[in-house]
Amino acid sequence: MGRKLSFTIFALVLVASFILSSGQAMASEEKKPEQFVGLLAYRTGPFAAGGSGLTSGKEDFMALINMRGGINGKIMYKWEECETAYNAARGVECYNRFKNKMFKVHPESTGITYALIPKATKDKIVVISSGYGRADASDGRVFPWVFTIPTNYWSQNTAKIKWIAMQEGWDGKDMSTIGKYLKGLKIANLHIDVPYGQETKPILDAMAKKFGFKVRHFPVPWPGIDQKAQWMDIVRRFKADWVINRNWGVSCTVPLKEAARLKFPSNRILGVWWCGAEEDVLPAGPAAKGYYSTNFHGVGRDFPIIKEVVDKVYGAMKGNISFTRVGSVYYNRGFVAAIVDHEAILTAHKKFGVKVLTGEEFRWGMEHLNITKERIKEIGAEGLMQPLKTSCADHEGGGMVFFQQWDGKKWVSTGDVITPMRKFVRGMIEKSAAKYAKEKGITPRTCK
Amino acid sequence: MFYRECGNFKDNYASDMAIFPIPLDRWGFIVMLFMAFVIVPLFASEYLITNIIIPFYCFALSAFGLNVLAGYAGQISIGHAAFMAVGAYSSFILYGRYGIPLIPSILGAGVITAIVGTFFGLPSLRIKGFYLAIATLASQFIIEWVIVHVQWISGGVFGTIEAPDMYLFKLWAIDTPVKKYYLSLCILVLLMTIGKNLVRGQLGRNWMAIRDVDYAAEIIGVNLYRDKLTAFAVSTFYAGVAGSLITFCYVGSANIEEFNVMTSFALVGMIIIGGLGTVLGSFFGAGFFVILPIAINQSLGAFMDVVPSDILSNIESIIFGGLIVFFLIVEPYGMARLWHTIKDKLRLWPFPY
Repeated sequence: MGRKLSFTIFALVLVASFILSSGQAMASEEKKPEQFVGLLAYRTGPFAAGGSGLTSGKEDFMALINMRGGINGKIMYKWEECETAYNAARGVECYNRFKNKMFKVHPESTGITYALIPKATKDKIVVISSGYGRADASDGRVFPWVFTIPTNYWSQNTAKIKWIAMQEGWDGKDMSTIGKYLKGLKIANLHIDVPYGQETKPILDAMAKKFGFKVRHFPVPWPGIDQKAQWMDIVRRFKADWVINRNWGVSCTVPLKEAARLKFPSNRILGVWWCGAEEDVLPAGPAAKGYYSTNFHGVGRDFPIIKEVVDKVYGAMKGNISFTRVGSVYYNRGFVAAIVDHEAILTAHKKFGVKVLTGEEFRWGMEHLNITKERIKEIGAEGLMQPLKTSCADHEGGGMVFFQQWDGKKWVSTGDVITPMRKFVRGMIEKSAAKYAKEKGITPRTCK
Repeated sequence: MFYRECGNFKDNYASDMAIFPIPLDRWGFIVMLFMAFVIVPLFASEYLITNIIIPFYCFALSAFGLNVLAGYAGQISIGHAAFMAVGAYSSFILYGRYGIPLIPSILGAGVITAIVGTFFGLPSLRIKGFYLAIATLASQFIIEWVIVHVQWISGGVFGTIEAPDMYLFKLWAIDTPVKKYYLSLCILVLLMTIGKNLVRGQLGRNWMAIRDVDYAAEIIGVNLYRDKLTAFAVSTFYAGVAGSLITFCYVGSANIEEFNVMTSFALVGMIIIGGLGTVLGSFFGAGFFVILPIAINQSLGAFMDVVPSDILSNIESIIFGGLIVFFLIVEPYGMARLWHTIKDKLRLWPFPY
């Protein structure tokens, strides 16, 4: 009896304290209008390393802005997470849960992006797929509600080829001589055999034809834990000069180990940006040393704005992820995406006034984004992100690709920031988007 | 007192063969139908209809399909999600590219899936049990591979077909959640009625005979060759229709990654938790796997400001997994069996002996 009674009292006190504390928190803050952000996260499942970093990076940036007093000092960010576990059906459920209050969505998964594009277009919500999803969505005339800012897979692969040519001795400037350095090179495209992995096959084939190098595609069946046969083929039979590692999750690490086993130099493997995080290389141990990967933002904590997050947000114990992961690749990726969105909100505020934005107003902001070098310095993100300028037709903005190398302990930027072959990519994007428009019966809007 | 067989005199064949011999059951069923057709569309929110009830119906249909195969005919399949994918893609192709009307496209997708399913059912004539399970697992990977690689099916490198706008009889647009709800509900009721009668008819009895002792069934004159394959055909027909419904009415685009092997395992989980060899169990199981995770997730939202979000998202899996274990221990024969126990108790109420 005594124990039961004390337990009841304990429980009652606990409940009461929760109620009181939440009431207090509400009372102490003066109420500013809130801009709601719905976050599709995946902190569980095989890709949790990516999902948790991406989401927490965004949350930390918003927490920082809130600590500074909100967007333009008047509007606070308010966010809520919904766990998708990287599953498309759950992602759609999360989207529907938030759709009446949110203005933008980062699906964070190619499958969810595909499912959300038609829905968000109907609901007038901006879909931002930074570095994933459909590459041809960069054509804003056919996909008015989708942004692939700051770059997409096809741009990335042209940048990769340029970079490979540079490693072979090309000066990186004169496009008419690039063919000389690429001729006869053998490039293996090792890709995971799902739609995401196949997406870059056409652009690589097109480039191979144009520049005279040889490309062969080596599909890895999902989930890609065993790649022995593919690597035997790549090293012994195809005798590749370069390998493009286009995998995701666990399958990113396997190639590094296989290459070491077959004595293929790790500095001849170039990873997609989803294979370029700490979590991808650490399990491979010393075999990963020297491995290159692409990226579209800087890594580490050595940027004023991230230092400010460390000071203010983590100083106040308000961080959203374990402190050691601040500055890691996925974290910074989410962080940069949040900066870009924030800039678009500021742009929209200039036109529509400081208020809680709707999807349509935010889209205007996204389409008139102009983040210059000076502005990046002002934000405190020099080297963390690239200058971006979008327009009605161009939903990609920058397209620049960063290169980084694993030195055994951390990712080090090689200093190469390469502009993709924009004209070449744009042509393919427009062709693919036009095909999509024809299939779906969309009349592309005209952009002045 | 009210729930009983005695006093209900069956004086013709029809009443003897009724699905619900007890009047209270009959009334209960009518009330359920009334709720599904009138109350839910009137009062449920748009969110509830699109995200909970429509997927629930679709997965119930698919789980019933698997139940025909595994629960009634005793042929285990762990590649059932792939058949849903076949249904999804083929209905989009029939409707979007060839302009076949909506309902024939959905049912036609079921027929195409049934043909594919029968083909993958052929090994069942030679192998049984766990070995057959592995053979059906192959169907999962073969179908996935074909859909990803044959670009005619998947529509290019992106591997995704988006749902065209739906029109019934070319003029009535099915665009709101409520209309989609009615579409899935009508197909569900129609197919479930047929399905229930199939499994309690001659064919269903043949299947059950095969499930229990197959050589004994053959001795008493059941054609194993024919009935195993019809089990595969019927089962995959349901999976195909469910797959096409879930893409048409819920997700909005056919994407192969949705129908991966995990979905197949979830389907097997549904029929085991719900109850093997019961129609009702398919509904219970689908409810368990579709509604429960979202309900847990939603109710955990109340603790959002107190508990770190990474712990919160993992708690969902922990609770869900715990519940699976709990139900398997409490009632290994599935939730349908629990319902059966309740019914037995009700017959005696209020004078149990």
